[in-house]
Amino acid sequence: MKFLRNFMDKIQPDKAKSPFSYTLWDGIDTFLYAPGHVTHQGTHLKDSMDLKRTMIHVVLAMQFAFLLGAYNIGLQHYQALGVDANIAAEFVYGLLQLLPLIIVVHVVGLGIEFLFAAKKGHAIEEGFLVSAFLIPLIMPPGVPLYMVAIATAFSVLIAKEAFGGTGMNIFNVALVARVFIFFAYPSSISGDTCWVAYDYNILHQALNFGDWLHISAGTAMIDGFSGATPLGLAVSGGWEAIQAATLPSGEQQYSISNMMWGFMPGSIGEMSKIGIIIGAIMLIKLKIADWRIMFSMVIGVAFMGVIFNIAAPAFPDNGFIAIPFYMHYIMGSFLFAMAFMATDPVTAASTNRGKFIYGFMIGVIGLIIRVANPAYPEGWMLAIIFMNIFASLIDYNIIQSNIKRRLSNV
Amino acid sequence: MSDTKKLLVDPLSTNNPITVQVLGVCSALAVTSTIANSLVMGVAVIFVTALANLTISLLRNLIPGRIRMIVQLVVIAFLVTLVSIFLKAFLYDLSKELSVFVGLIITNCIVMGRLEAFAMGNKPIPALLDGVGNGMGYAIILIIVGAIRELFGAGQLMGFQVIPEAVYNFGYENNGLMVLPISSIFLIGIIIWIQRSRDKELVDIS
Repeated sequence: MKFLRNFMDKIQPDKAKSPFSYTLWDGIDTFLYAPGHVTHQGTHLKDSMDLKRTMIHVVLAMQFAFLLGAYNIGLQHYQALGVDANIAAEFVYGLLQLLPLIIVVHVVGLGIEFLFAAKKGHAIEEGFLVSAFLIPLIMPPGVPLYMVAIATAFSVLIAKEAFGGTGMNIFNVALVARVFIFFAYPSSISGDTCWVAYDYNILHQALNFGDWLHISAGTAMIDGFSGATPLGLAVSGGWEAIQAATLPSGEQQYSISNMMWGFMPGSIGEMSKIGIIIGAIMLIKLKIADWRIMFSMVIGVAFMGVIFNIAAPAFPDNGFIAIPFYMHYIMGSFLFAMAFMATDPVTAASTNRGKFIYGFMIGVIGLIIRVANPAYPEGWMLAIIFMNIFASLIDYNIIQSNIKRRLSNV
Repeated sequence: MSDTKKLLVDPLSTNNPITVQVLGVCSALAVTSTIANSLVMGVAVIFVTALANLTISLLRNLIPGRIRMIVQLVVIAFLVTLVSIFLKAFLYDLSKELSVFVGLIITNCIVMGRLEAFAMGNKPIPALLDGVGNGMGYAIILIIVGAIRELFGAGQLMGFQVIPEAVYNFGYENNGLMVLPISSIFLIGIIIWIQRSRDKELVDIS
């Protein structure tokens, strides 16, 4: 690998003359090699767990959800068209559908990051690598790419760079991108038709050797297939409607096993509960994400779910309210929000007691939005953004109460 | 730059009531959904600030210091009522869209701020020019925000379709966020960001 080092040294641009190309070079160089910078002053803490390693572990933990999600996109696509495709075609269809999305997010987001890094004169920070992987996973599979590009630019500019860059943001950057699309282009990210990818992009057409991706089947949905998600069905019909939904083949569409594996319409990464749980365990074991937030979110949902279940007889019109509280865990994006969104170390509360309060409140508020507001059948995105605002307030009060408690001992 | 010219030009850029003094933001968020709304609102505010400044400047030596706020408010309220009645008579549709915000010019901090800061201590002609300048500074930001919001929120400018049908057929959609008042807080924030990054004198480190 000597030639790579030599090559990188040879093309190193002058920092003073061309700051932008230097930043670009520096970013690629520290990506390939361990950076040679050492601390010159102040406290010396030695830990192999630097920012880059933390970030890459989060990305690795997402891969299970990502791979199952990619397969699921293809599966839903061919089910919707009524084509009998094999597993390889389904998986490849999903991967090729995802690839442009991932590229667009990285190009737009990293482009803005590079520009700001060059302008401010610091090295590129790794924070966006996780956001860039999270943003595609929380989008519907058929979302137009230009919307994703605008949303990514918006979230990097307004939610991150305006607040001072990596580690300074108040709101979860990936969620801000989704919130932007949610309010700017609501028809692309809510409703019954957007959760399945119907179209073929250039990559599909280029790799369609001998029509093995079944492009000739067209893009029209067959009769009997419903793109409605469990949450969409629950608004009107409750748990019975979810169980009664069938595929054109007559199979039950939302059996427990399908919901656990994530073989149903929905956002790309949030469907496969098994993949997310593996990722969550990995994050907890590596001590990147905090179990306190995840645990208290589960408790929060159970708490509010039991209250709703008890109150259910009083509200016969609301289909959501009578759904057994333990079923809320496998519907929609609760687990994904719990494992990857709420545990973001920058935007979450950082005291241990604060984390319990933070997670519990997300669970409670998210379930209230999901159950009580039929216009937003999914509440985790808004609940997490809402609690992001309160995270520092929670921390402040916890620290103040600690000080007050110990002051009597002084 | 001569003093009279300075009075008119400064509020447009380096002393803009919205982006530098950060006054009158509330109405700027609410009424800027289209250029027409911004324009009418801007003209109304120019009229009120100019004439209120002139009147108060003429009366400045007669007003007792203790009740000056009340006197200023009476003058502003009179002018705003005039504008409101005029709009209802001649531009009824627009006045319905602007609804309560025309009446709320009374509480617009720009008007009161200019009276207190300038008209109470200056001669009538400079006071009039200062009022016109600040009203224009307010109007120009409103029109910029209104143009961006109308263009991306509805694909129109002044009610005419600007973005052609072909673009929509290609998959383009109007941005629903631009229709919501919340978009103007982002837009005004971005305008402030751009202005301060170009003019370092405006950056106050506190």
